[in-house]
Amino acid sequence: MEYNWDWGVLFREPYFGWIIDGIGWTVTVSIAAWIIAFTIGSVVGVARTVPVRWVRSAATVYVELFRNIPLLVQLFLWYFVLPEVLPREWGLWMKREMPLPEVTTAIIGLGFYTASRVAEQVRSGIEAIPRGQSMAGYATGLTTVQLYRHILVPVAYRLIVPPLTSEFLTIFKNSSLALTIGVLETTARSRQITEFTFQGFEAFTAATVIYIVITLTVTAFMTVVDERAKIPGFITGGR
Amino acid sequence: MRETRAFIERLPSTFRAVLGAGALVVAFGSTPAIAQELTGTLAKINESGTILVGHRETSIPFSWIDSDGGDPKGYSIDLCMKVVDKVKEVLEKPDLNVRFVPVTPQTRIPLLANGTIDIECGSTTNKLSRQEQVSYLPTTFITGTKLLVKKDSGIAQLEDLVGKRIALAQGTTNERVIKAMIEEQSLDIDVLNVADHAEGFLSLETDRVDAYSTDHILLFGLITRSNSPEDYEVVGDFLSYDPYAIMVRRNDADFQLLGTRVIADLFRTGEIKEIYAKWFEPFPTSDAVSEPPTDLLQASWRINAFPE
Repeated sequence: MEYNWDWGVLFREPYFGWIIDGIGWTVTVSIAAWIIAFTIGSVVGVARTVPVRWVRSAATVYVELFRNIPLLVQLFLWYFVLPEVLPREWGLWMKREMPLPEVTTAIIGLGFYTASRVAEQVRSGIEAIPRGQSMAGYATGLTTVQLYRHILVPVAYRLIVPPLTSEFLTIFKNSSLALTIGVLETTARSRQITEFTFQGFEAFTAATVIYIVITLTVTAFMTVVDERAKIPGFITGGR
Repeated sequence: MRETRAFIERLPSTFRAVLGAGALVVAFGSTPAIAQELTGTLAKINESGTILVGHRETSIPFSWIDSDGGDPKGYSIDLCMKVVDKVKEVLEKPDLNVRFVPVTPQTRIPLLANGTIDIECGSTTNKLSRQEQVSYLPTTFITGTKLLVKKDSGIAQLEDLVGKRIALAQGTTNERVIKAMIEEQSLDIDVLNVADHAEGFLSLETDRVDAYSTDHILLFGLITRSNSPEDYEVVGDFLSYDPYAIMVRRNDADFQLLGTRVIADLFRTGEIKEIYAKWFEPFPTSDAVSEPPTDLLQASWRINAFPE
């Protein structure tokens, strides 16, 4: 292959600074979106199992809506369409006054999308708990709220650490879609370096390594969490 | 060999010239009479009876195919057809076959170099780095980086954007030019990175940014496709220089001269103004947008109007 390799380009300014900057945005967007996803996902996931019909329906609508529209389309809807359908002042605020409009939109879009997936994990966690536990809870005089608070939710979360790890990893990789609405995260920066230096192989190798390092770190962290959290002998607790 | 050369060098200069001419006759004497005048592309066209014209499919109004799917048309195509007419005349082949071959920015140079097309009629910037591979006829259009803004914004140049936002398409030369200017003059202008022209225009349309920037002629194209063309205007000086020209094969002086002669004639006789007006005043895609030739372009036409 006729190609002039130049790994040094990755460590020259301004490109090195771009990469560091890109990693910063990848991590920021992912973590912030994860906080939203985990919070909303927990609420919706629990709502999908409660014995109140309209709450269950509302939660189902949320999950199906956000889970079935491609993330890329959702980002465009949040970014380009939402400000136009809101009252003019609100729309202008979203486009101009809102701090870091692209980043904020990416975090919200990614967070709401991932929340629907987290919700499904939470629901499956709760449903994996044998019915006997709920019945025993009610038999000891717990209310529904107390049942969830003391039995179902704590056990469910300990069961779903492995699948949640996957969702957590996915959010880092999905954060690269934020480049389509102008967030200069790792992938966007790699593209930019390619366009400026024509050293595409180096730039994307760097991006690959960065994503692997980030996700392996997350995996290691979640493994520790899983070790601490898993319930010995519980059927879905082992792997 | 060295001895022969030394021998020749000792001969009187007139005798040497005669010897050289004799050698030429020996070398080329066997070729037929007509081919003696024809070389390169002209010889190829003469032999095949076909001229292959490379065209773009969406470069409005330079070279594009309309929704009716007919032959390509546009400013560059018209100019190329003048060259084709001249080729017919020179080769004395009035019924010369003209075949259109679509090209893209990625394929135009290789296809020209390998003979798939004989002439490229599109919207190609004449760049020195490209001249390592191809040659150009005189510049037929001049564009460059400009700003697209809303009419009521009061923005007339890049400096007016201080404290405001501009959208730039990732990977374009325009992105680099504007970012370099912002850095050089340490202007406080916020940049929004967008993926392509359509998204950049959408950002401007929805007031997300105050300006969008790319080649000025492409900005007009964007305006013609908007819902309310009268709300937008293209402002500022050219922030970069992009001269468009017709491409021909490199190292083919005869064909290049033929093409240059045709283009220079159009410039000298002023016929170029009619052809230009046909495609730019107004745009074929919208009567609301008209772009008279810039002073720079008119000057370029005059400079390249070489006398016969």
